[in-house]
Amino acid sequence: MKMSNKEIGFADLLKNGQTLKQFRDGIIERTNATGHYNGQTTLAFRDSDPIGYEKLFSKLRGGLVHARETAKKIAASPIVEQEGELCFTLYNAVGDCVLTSTGIIIHVGTMGAAIKYMIENNWEANPGINPGDMFTNNDCSIGNVHPCDIATIVPIFWEGRLIGWVGGVTHVIDTGAVTPGSMSTGQTQRFGDGYMITCRKTGINDEPLRDWLHESQRSVRTPKYWILDERTRIAGCHMIRDLVEEVIRADGIEAYEKFAYEVIEEGRRGLQSRIKAMTLPGKYRKVSFVDVPYKHDDVQVSNAFAKLDSIMHSPCEMTIKPDGKWRLDFEGASRWGWHTFNAHQVAFTSGIWVMMCQTLVPTQRINDGAYFATEFRLPKGTWCNPDDRRTGHAYAWHFLVSGWAALWRGLSQSYFSRGFLEEVNAGNANTSNWLQGGGINQDGEIHAVNSFEASSCGTGACAIKDGLNHAAAIWNPEGDMGDIEIWEMAEPLLYLGRNVKANSGGYGKYRGGCGFETLRMVWNAQDWTMFFMGNGFMNSDWGMMGGYPSATGYRFEAHKTGLEQRIAIGDSLPLGGDLDPDNPDYERHIDATASVKRDKQCITTEDCYANHDLYLNYLRGGPGFGDPIDRDPKAIENDLNQTFLLPEYAQKVYGAVFTQDAKGVFTVDAAKTQARRAEIRKERLARALPTREWMKEERERIVNKHAAVQVKHMFATSFALSEKFTQQFKDFWSLPADWQLLESELGVPSYGATHRMDLSLLPDVTTVVQVEE
Amino acid sequence: MTTYTDEQVAHLTEGSLDWETTFRMLSMPKDHSRFEQYLKALQAKVPFKERIVLPLGPHLYIVQNAAKQWVTQCDCGHVFGDYRENWKLNAAVYVRDTEEAMTEVYPRLMAPDTQWQVYREYYCPSCGAMHDVEAPTPWYPVIHDFEPDIEAFYRDWLGLPIPEKAA
Repeated sequence: MKMSNKEIGFADLLKNGQTLKQFRDGIIERTNATGHYNGQTTLAFRDSDPIGYEKLFSKLRGGLVHARETAKKIAASPIVEQEGELCFTLYNAVGDCVLTSTGIIIHVGTMGAAIKYMIENNWEANPGINPGDMFTNNDCSIGNVHPCDIATIVPIFWEGRLIGWVGGVTHVIDTGAVTPGSMSTGQTQRFGDGYMITCRKTGINDEPLRDWLHESQRSVRTPKYWILDERTRIAGCHMIRDLVEEVIRADGIEAYEKFAYEVIEEGRRGLQSRIKAMTLPGKYRKVSFVDVPYKHDDVQVSNAFAKLDSIMHSPCEMTIKPDGKWRLDFEGASRWGWHTFNAHQVAFTSGIWVMMCQTLVPTQRINDGAYFATEFRLPKGTWCNPDDRRTGHAYAWHFLVSGWAALWRGLSQSYFSRGFLEEVNAGNANTSNWLQGGGINQDGEIHAVNSFEASSCGTGACAIKDGLNHAAAIWNPEGDMGDIEIWEMAEPLLYLGRNVKANSGGYGKYRGGCGFETLRMVWNAQDWTMFFMGNGFMNSDWGMMGGYPSATGYRFEAHKTGLEQRIAIGDSLPLGGDLDPDNPDYERHIDATASVKRDKQCITTEDCYANHDLYLNYLRGGPGFGDPIDRDPKAIENDLNQTFLLPEYAQKVYGAVFTQDAKGVFTVDAAKTQARRAEIRKERLARALPTREWMKEERERIVNKHAAVQVKHMFATSFALSEKFTQQFKDFWSLPADWQLLESELGVPSYGATHRMDLSLLPDVTTVVQVEE
Repeated sequence: MTTYTDEQVAHLTEGSLDWETTFRMLSMPKDHSRFEQYLKALQAKVPFKERIVLPLGPHLYIVQNAAKQWVTQCDCGHVFGDYRENWKLNAAVYVRDTEEAMTEVYPRLMAPDTQWQVYREYYCPSCGAMHDVEAPTPWYPVIHDFEPDIEAFYRDWLGLPIPEKAA
């Protein structure tokens, strides 16, 4: 007897006799065979009816942006409502992105990865995919960036046939992780990363299920914000589903479906033509790093094996081919670690488009076409493609921003060489500090905070102008620090200052944009905690062509400040910026017995703060471009007079010779500065060595294994994953054939170095691999 | 296709182009003739006679010398060697690998810890121009940043004759 479709789990959602997986396999096969998405060697619809095609594009894209702008007003979370941390994306039936809204468009691929996971794991049989369903996902092991990005995914049907999907994502304030805030540091594994939802059916007939509503709200610290974020996502998805139905009624299902596949091939071609129009073929090599200083006492984690200092390493070889395709190869990257800074391959491959839309493809036509025009190589086992199902991802951005910045520097080299100087960007800020914490807030409720002031860091310098001050973040093209008044409503933290951070932009002929700093005083909270999250011992990005990297981070916190009494008696208060951390002023306006921490430990875990305690939120600057002694003396003068630059470094780095009048106004003497700069050139050569001479000294240090343990640890994990990187390293330094560096010889915990288990090894799980590993 | 005058492109290379035109350059499709205009503006500016094949940095170029060899050259005329070599290996380098050296350029709390990261400043051995600042960990190989495919760029992408190159 023949089994029924229901019994074999075949729902015939496409009404063509194929399962979703069979249909998707066909598309992949045709794409691989022809090099064109879905085998579309011609764009028949666009070429035969260009006006109709553009009309469809405009209606759909306009509708996506409109839905985002409308839906975000439902949210109460300042992260969504103020910073715009949301996005809506339209997919075809196989989960390839057709078009997306504005916003955090990193999720073009992450929600697509969730849809593909449902397809590959036969969701159509169980739990079933029906009109009116809603699915929720934030699982980082199948493609999400970090657990706080919650996605609602709604299938779109037409006359009973599945024709696509719409997804909406918001960045929520809290995910119920071990510690509060959405990107916390206290956990070392997925199991502490917070509430994790794997493509779960959370709604039917357009209504969220009650078990989901009850369970999800009590799983996080901020249920009010959680539920309003969910309503934001649902409203946006339903608006877009209605829009698609309206478009089909007006233009016909045939035109819509042709568009939904052709526009991806158009996107693929579009990226290739942009690459040819703006860049230059060749190989570009860049590298970036970030510090993970977990040995410090202020990092309190539950595992002894996580207590070590380490460095994340991201070497990038970008090859732009003569045909306009490009390949991004991260061979040599270091291993994932016991922290929350690991990234899934899709977070990487999808994520770069949020950056690229700010440089190479600043168009509305962002879709999966760009993915199909790119070859990615992310070696398995690295921080950007972990091979263990236990990895934590809560703050994947700690290094994603740095890993991508190397790409931006490579592109900027090509723009510079080609003469598109206006496009050059020396790199990016490490978008931190992240002020996070929680406890009982000013309304007496359990609460968590995650300040998004970091969405306005300094930008990298351009080849023709300075970077922008406190303006942007690589992961959010909108860039908005948010209003003080709104943050004070969302957080029991009063502002005692919000100032441009002096000396935070990297020096150069054109300097990086300065970051900013806000001094916050705890107010009206109970049992309040906070922690720091950012770079401190290292810079995660470099300068360009003679420009310096930006300043690194540091932390300032103060307890037992005596401010309650000082306010009562009208004594002086710490106000404004921490102008020169080598000569601190805040300490002059708090009790001498206060407990102060001023150091470079910029990652900490949850610590207690009483009312009137202080926390400095320092948002980083961007890197500089060109030799600083080429900087226009007038620009230095302006920086001095606006307190963007400390006088000591105007002299030492820029060679500026200046005077200051009785009113404090600086005047730079151009002639004397020119003369001083001639001396600086001589001083440089007097202290320098020929590179090959210096290399002999450095080689000796390597042969003798003389370096800090975190440096050796980074190399050891990269060597263990890549023979090619090891050989290149040994060749460069002419090391003996038997020279090796193993993790086991370093005397630090090496848990996970040898024994690992990937998610794909779980029974009944098919993972979706979208990169060369 | 938007186009710009030679004078506008020369102003761009000087950093003195008006914002309205700069904004147009940013927002409009790129002009195909920019590279030729850029080379023309740079060639008029540099003190050397060698033909610029490809600009690498504000003071660094791949040029065609009198013997038709392609070499990397500073704008003071110092030659760093064959264009396929990593020019940094033939530069002068100063490594900021102590707290004292690092605090020359940033306040102590705003500078990297040299147990984690060092700054390598690459200077022209003749004129002292700083062509690059690397910020790697100790031990890191000197990065060979860029190996352009000049022939494909000239011939296939721009339709320009490739400058003669001695074997």
